Amino acid sequence: MRDVIIIGSGPAGFTAAIYTARAGMNPLLIASSVESGGELMKTTEVENFPGFPDGLQGPELMANFQAQAERFGTEVLLDDVIEVDLKGDVKIVKTGGGVTYEAKTVILATGAAYRELGLPKEKELSGHGVSWCATCDGFFFRERTIAVVGGGDSAMEEANFLTRFASKVYLIHRRDTFKASKIMQDRALNNPKIEVVWNSEVAELLGEGKLTGVTLRDTVNGATKNLDLDGLFIAVGNDPRVWLVENQVELTAEKFIAVEGRSSKTSLPGVFAAGDVIDPTYRQAITAAASGCVAALDAEHYLADH
Amino acid sequence: MSAAKNVTTASFKADVLDKSTPVLVDFWAEWCGPCRQVSPILDQIAAEYAGKIEIVKVNVDEEQALAMQYGITSIPALQVFQGGQLVKSMVGAKPKPILVNELAEFLG
Repeated sequence: MRDVIIIGSGPAGFTAAIYTARAGMNPLLIASSVESGGELMKTTEVENFPGFPDGLQGPELMANFQAQAERFGTEVLLDDVIEVDLKGDVKIVKTGGGVTYEAKTVILATGAAYRELGLPKEKELSGHGVSWCATCDGFFFRERTIAVVGGGDSAMEEANFLTRFASKVYLIHRRDTFKASKIMQDRALNNPKIEVVWNSEVAELLGEGKLTGVTLRDTVNGATKNLDLDGLFIAVGNDPRVWLVENQVELTAEKFIAVEGRSSKTSLPGVFAAGDVIDPTYRQAITAAASGCVAALDAEHYLADH
Repeated sequence: MSAAKNVTTASFKADVLDKSTPVLVDFWAEWCGPCRQVSPILDQIAAEYAGKIEIVKVNVDEEQALAMQYGITSIPALQVFQGGQLVKSMVGAKPKPILVNELAEFLG
């Protein structure tokens, strides 16, 4: 039986791995088969992670996290957890590869998954003009007209990034102000290729087999109008990824994993949670990393007492 | 590095359209993280189901015309051709059990 299994491979998961590995707990980190590295794998330049004054690429930062975790003996498994049983003293974790692992403690760092607009045809048009990943798909929109939906830092980053390819980028936001950080807002607002469409939401996706445009609804007066587009990038936020554990650990009203105070302790003894899956507010690489550290220390203390 | 054959505009007909077995074309690029993550999974499927399905790669950086011809706007794009026809189209990196399930009709 293992001392600790960490589920998730973003900044929270890998920081928990670095700390538990250095504490001699030989962590097994189950990273997922196709989303290893988490959300930062989809970003380009990361400028606000302390210690890197010149910034670095998101995937490079995650490779560093992993190398540091492995240096102290973390075992990284590229597989998906499909089922857990966390109630007993022995925690059971099953993977898509068909292996069952047992551990005394589990750290849940499953992060958050992108949110959909919830419109008809969204699935059908996904990959056919509708995208959630500017760095993956921007390339296909050279000299095209596209739009980004959202008002946070991710929306600003995507819009700015997409101007490398697109001839025109509309930034559609349902309010009259952005919640993004000032530096990111300023970049978007000062970018000559970006035109902000304030107080508007996407009411309908247009096109058969391929996106041709959207219907926008004015959030103030309800008026609708069509906008011709070749591509639509959705950056309207993330939802905590809790399906694995939602019937076992307590969740908050907003469906994040509930933790005790500033700790990482969930409603189950020996089960800790860290990163975006517990954080409705901050959701930064550095806060996730700090949260992973907290979970590692909590798990270490738990093991010492049991 | 993947063992899968690299297909170009020039070889697409012979390597994909004219094949009698189903061919899964993986449209990918070096800079695409999810592409790199799904690549070894596709290699495993190709090895495990050899003779049933063939898996080849199109580098969209080098073969932009081909990507455009097949309407690629998101990668990895996994398109299955059978008898010269596009018969299945998937987008995004998916775990192996899900891919195997989606491809079940070709792997049986």
